[in-house]
Amino acid sequence: MSINWYKYASPASFYFLAGKMIPYFSIVAVILLLVGLYIGFFVAPTDFQQGEAYRIIFIHVPAAWMSMFLYLVMAFWSGIGLAFNTRLSSMVATAIAPTGAMFTFIALWTGAWWGKPMWGAWWVWDARLTSELILLFLYIGFMSLQAAIDDPRRADRAGAIIALVGVVNIPIIYFSVQWWNTLHQGASVSVTQSPKMAASMLAGMLIMAFAAWMYSIAMILMRTRAIILERERHTAWVAELKGVTGVTR
Amino acid sequence: MSWNSWAEFFSMGGYGLYVWGSYLVSFACIAGEIWLILNRRRTLQKYLGLKDESTTREEK
Amino acid sequence: MPPQRRINYTFLNMLIWIIRRDLLLAMRRQADVLTTLFFFIIVVSLFPLGVGPEMNTLRIMAPGVVWVAALLASMLSLGRIFSTDYLDGTLEQILLSPTSLSLLVLGKMFSHWLVTGVPLVLMAPVLGIQYDLPANALFVLTLSLLLGTPILSLIGAIGAALTLGLRGGGVLVSLLVLPLYIPVLIFGAGAVEASIAGLGFEAHFSLLGAFLLVSLVFAPWTTAASLRISVG
Repeated sequence: MSINWYKYASPASFYFLAGKMIPYFSIVAVILLLVGLYIGFFVAPTDFQQGEAYRIIFIHVPAAWMSMFLYLVMAFWSGIGLAFNTRLSSMVATAIAPTGAMFTFIALWTGAWWGKPMWGAWWVWDARLTSELILLFLYIGFMSLQAAIDDPRRADRAGAIIALVGVVNIPIIYFSVQWWNTLHQGASVSVTQSPKMAASMLAGMLIMAFAAWMYSIAMILMRTRAIILERERHTAWVAELKGVTGVTR
Repeated sequence: MSWNSWAEFFSMGGYGLYVWGSYLVSFACIAGEIWLILNRRRTLQKYLGLKDESTTREEK
Repeated sequence: MPPQRRINYTFLNMLIWIIRRDLLLAMRRQADVLTTLFFFIIVVSLFPLGVGPEMNTLRIMAPGVVWVAALLASMLSLGRIFSTDYLDGTLEQILLSPTSLSLLVLGKMFSHWLVTGVPLVLMAPVLGIQYDLPANALFVLTLSLLLGTPILSLIGAIGAALTLGLRGGGVLVSLLVLPLYIPVLIFGAGAVEASIAGLGFEAHFSLLGAFLLVSLVFAPWTTAASLRISVG
């Protein structure tokens, strides 16, 4: 029994499969979000060192994790699209970028607003915040390159190259920034320096991370469907969709 | 961790501005992204003439 | 019929041919070479006007300013590596040639470095004097630029190849390539600061050397793939 890998690789069948899955992911995301927020604000104790301000961690850390994770997933799918020439993989990679960039922005914003009460300044050149900022530049580079190229096929492949080059550079950038930061002003208090986290704090953060993950999947599937429709609008199966609704043009 | 009053909850131990500031902006971004995608789908459906959420393909 | 000189398309001949050809083209349009150099000089000389003539602050800023200016100068001229060949079609011929594309691209990167990188390296000590850098710091600055500018050309060529023939390509290249330049900038400028502070700069140079070797191996191959995508 050989598995037909390409069954759901065709945009047409993936369009309907994704259509069915999106509601489930969104519902799970909302439930996890509510549970996470409840734990974060009503169960987790006050941090003796940072008082109540540490509760920003429940959105900051999941966003930072997601921004890094989504970049890796984006590079993976764009690499697959480049290697196997499967258009759908590149569409998924293109769909991931905006959500990843948004999470990077959220991580930066919440990091800055958390740094203000803790370190007294909106922006501190802490190694992680700086590499998060550079990650945002990598996302923007990927998206603007793809936006600048009209032919979708070349856009996908060019995007794949810059995403893969970016992925190779992420650890290099992270360590050189880490090195640069400790060299200059000594290791500033890192964001999650707090002593071993209370179980409920950790639970709250993990649940919020899963909520963010489910949310990303739902958003990426929706954007992939939009991209599929945009790129396949001249195909028969999209015309057939029109037939379903009886609108003939 | 029970908050005695809503006022105390919103003051968040004096850090209310920062906590609610970051949460507000984060959820604003998420809401913005959702709205953008729904808007994109709506224009697509209008442009392509698809009436409704055609998720199920009627097996003719 | 004069005896036909037998051309053997060995790797070395092709490499030398493409470097010679590119340098010839560059020399025909001297202006391009000088514009990059003058851009570098102007940018470096602008900072004291903005920051003030106070020598102590300038001395601290010098490595960072010179390095960022070198980064920007070499990036400005990235567009020219492939665009002239792309426009008049020679790039397609190069893509079709039997010799490996990576080698020819390496040749083009080397000639770009000779045309833009080396003038920066030669000009750096003179500009360092503007910032009253001590002698050994000038030496370390020049050496770090000598080690760093090839990396800038190698990585920059990837961006140039990807944005071939795109409208607004110039700005786009900077968006793609600047994040990748950051480690080179950190260790390049860091080396000079370390030498000023009396700490050893060998660690910085070994890392710069590592970046150079890694990009020497991967950049031509990646640029060749990008060219096939952009032109294919």
